[in-house]
Formats: sequence, structure tokens, C-alpha cells
Amino acid sequence: MADGFEQPMSASPGISLQGQHRIGGKVLFDVDLHLPSGQWTCLLGRSGVGKSTILRLILGLETGGDFTGTFTATDNMPLTGRISYMAQSDLLLPWLSVMENVCIGARLRGEKPNIGLAKDLLDRVGLSAHVGQKPNTLSGGMRQRAALARSLFEDRPVVFLDEPFSSLDAGTRADMQELATEVLKGRTVLLVTHDPAEAARLAHQITVMSALGTQNWPVPPTPVLREINAPQTLDCQAKLLDYLRGIAA
Amino acid sequence: MRLRDILLALLVGLGLWQLIVVITEAPHYILPSPWRVAQAAYKSRAIIADNAWVTAAEVMLGLLIGTLLGVATAIQLALSKTTERLLLPILVFTQAVPVFALAPLLTLWFGYGMGSKIVMTVLIIYFPVTSAFHDGLMRIDSGYRDLSLSMGAAKLNFMRHIQIPNALPSLGTGLRLAAVYAPIGAVIGEWVGASKGLGYLMLLANGRAKIDLMFASLIVLACLTVILHISVGVLATRLTRFAQGSSLK
Repeated sequence: MADGFEQPMSASPGISLQGQHRIGGKVLFDVDLHLPSGQWTCLLGRSGVGKSTILRLILGLETGGDFTGTFTATDNMPLTGRISYMAQSDLLLPWLSVMENVCIGARLRGEKPNIGLAKDLLDRVGLSAHVGQKPNTLSGGMRQRAALARSLFEDRPVVFLDEPFSSLDAGTRADMQELATEVLKGRTVLLVTHDPAEAARLAHQITVMSALGTQNWPVPPTPVLREINAPQTLDCQAKLLDYLRGIAA
Repeated sequence: MRLRDILLALLVGLGLWQLIVVITEAPHYILPSPWRVAQAAYKSRAIIADNAWVTAAEVMLGLLIGTLLGVATAIQLALSKTTERLLLPILVFTQAVPVFALAPLLTLWFGYGMGSKIVMTVLIIYFPVTSAFHDGLMRIDSGYRDLSLSMGAAKLNFMRHIQIPNALPSLGTGLRLAAVYAPIGAVIGEWVGASKGLGYLMLLANGRAKIDLMFASLIVLACLTVILHISVGVLATRLTRFAQGSSLK
């Protein structure tokens, strides 16, 4: 993997979200979340608590409820068009080649795709030997790498990841975490995850979401992409898991 | 279906037919033997070919126009909620009118030539094609929609690059149905009033007690339908394979 991956074109803004989300008049959650500029925030919580809803709210996607509150970027610019999104499902289009999938954003906007950039990105994620292949010929890990390249092709300063590694086997997941950390360096990242180990390894900031609201959780004092078996990482992971089990009960 | 199986089924059918003729001792003007029908077919090959060509042209043109109209309607329905709300109930309601009952009216409006038969065929296949393709356009993984929105996709580009390719297998299903209905439409149109076509030839032969010629026409019609069914089947399979990203070979 080559070093010195391009920093995002514009400086990555931090994002603040405060307010209340209701579905059919019933409060689903109160939220007070701040995503620090250029850092990874991992958002954890039990299923159904509204983690993905937060991500969808900021992205401006349908949530099936009403949000009252504000979300702002630290540079006070609108967030539209500055966030790229990667979901648990790779969402590769089966009829397009890997290369065409990476460029799909440009086609959807009616722009001419920058093939050179796409090639570079596929090289970065280690798929340069597979550019012409269809997604169904790739393994799960390769497909997620293609999806990551597609996210990078959008070149947005903010990246939202909704459990993108959860369906991968443990080894591939660790590889993907390393790759994502490297290629998304300098961007503001929100990672929704169920996995305390993933959060302990990757997060600059861990935010736990429960019916009581959002609260930040202390992260290990070591630099991110922490050693999986370092005592601080394991300690953070264990305590986080304990806490999550407590609130889930 | 393998060629050997088809030939075997054909031989068994012919054998049964001959058996019934022998057992019932039916006169040839009620049930001619396969051999007599073959002789009639050979003797009248020119007139059968002339009329078969007309029916085939009606079916093909009807299929083509009906498919184009159906595809255009389905896309319009999928693009505009207002159109969908207004047009879909009307479309469903029109299905309550038996199209065959319209045949005399179509002959009155479009004459005894090919026009009325093509319109009849179009009317019969329009709904299955529209309905199947519209269903395919709407049945799309919501993740694709979210991803496209986050990429700033234009609605028409989303339709062109994602919705339509994704719905091609459904279009294939609609076409398979259309291939079954189309010859029925053309022949019924010919029965009601025509000066050419296999349906016309069957009525003519029946009127002159040339039952062997009637059977010969019927068999040619069945062959046309089978060829159409197989060709459309191949096309539908290719559409599905394309959408799944499988090899087309």
C-alpha cells in the first residue's frame, strides 16, 4: 500500500447534532453529539436505539420520524454534498464492473467519470487486478474494498460508515479496519458499529447511545489503529462490552 | 428442455392422435389423420406461408409496439407519484374489460387489414408488460436509493443507471407472458374480421369443410408461438443474467 494518500480537498469540518427524534409523537431518542473534525467517532448502542437514524438524519435521508433540533458543521457551511456514505451491504451494482461501480457517483450526477482517479483508488485498495470483473466474482472482503474505493471516489471531507465491516470474517475485518483508517485519514468519520473491539481499536471518540441519550466513553490513551491485544485496548473493549450489556438488559 | 425430449413428446402426441383416429374411426372431415394433415400442409404450403407471414408480422409488430408502450408507461409511473396515483387505478380497471370483446370495435375503427390485429395484440400485452416492469422498477433495495441520494444523483440518472437495469429480469417476466398472449390477440383479431392471416385461413378452411387445412394452419400457428416463446425466453434469460452480472454465454 502506497503512503501519502491524498487528503480530502476541503478541510474536514466537525459536525454537531442536538435535538430530539420522534416517531408518531413518541420520543425515540434525545441526542447531543459532536463529531470532532478529522477524527473517527464510533457510535455504539443496542439495536433499535437509533444509531443509523442519526446517520440518516445528518445525511438527509428518510427516517420515518420527525427531528426537532439542529445539526451544524463547525465551518458553518451546508453539509449537503460533503458526506459520503458506506453501508453494511456493499451496494455494488451486479451488472457493472468494479471500475464502473467505483465511478457510479459521477454517472449518477451526469458528470464524466475520472477514470484515472478510479484506477488510482482501486490500486490503493488492492483491487487493480480486478477492475474489469463483476462484483459477483469477488469475495466479501474484496467487495467491501470496492465499496470503500467508491466512497473515496466521491472525495468528501466527511464519511459515514454504517457497520460496513460487520458481515466480514474476523481476519478480513481487521484488514479492512486498517485499510479504512489509512485511506480515510484526515476525514471526519462517523462509524456506527455493534462491536466494542472495533470501537476500541479505531475511535478517537466513542459515543454510546441509549434511551437516556448519548454519552462519550473514555478511549484508550494510545494512538488509533491500536494493537488489538494491547492491554489498554482490551481493557476499553471489556469495559465497554460490560456497559453495553448493562444498558441492553 | 432438450431437443430430444421435444421430438419425443411430438412423436408421442402424433402417435396418440393417430390412435384416436383409428379407434374412433372418425371421418376425415371431423378428425383428419396426422398424415392427411401433413399432405394438406404440403399441398397448400404457399397459401399457408403467405398467411403465416401476415400473422407473424402482426404478432411481432404488436409485441414490439406493446413492449415499447409498456416500458414507457412503467418508467413514467415510476418517475411520478402523481401519474402513478392517477393512472394505475385506471390501468387496473381497464383490465376488467375483456379485450376480446373489443375486437369487433377495433375492426370497425382500424379496418380489416393488419392495423386492427396489431392494436388488439398491443392491447393484450400492454398491461402485463407495464405491470411487470413497473413492479421491477419499484422493487429496488432501498440502500441503492440512499446511496444515490448521498451521491447527489439526479432522478433520471438514478432511473437510467440503477432502476432500469435492476428491473430487467422483471421486464423479462412480462415479455414471457406477452409472448404467450400476443398470438392469441392477433388470431382473435383475424377471426373477427380479416382478409389474411392464419386465423382467417382457419375460418376459411372450416367454412369449406377442409378440416385438414384447418389443422395444418393450427399446427403452423402453434409452431410460430413455440418459436416466439423460445426466442423471448432466450432474451428474458439474457436480461436476467445481465442484471445479475453473470456471463451471457
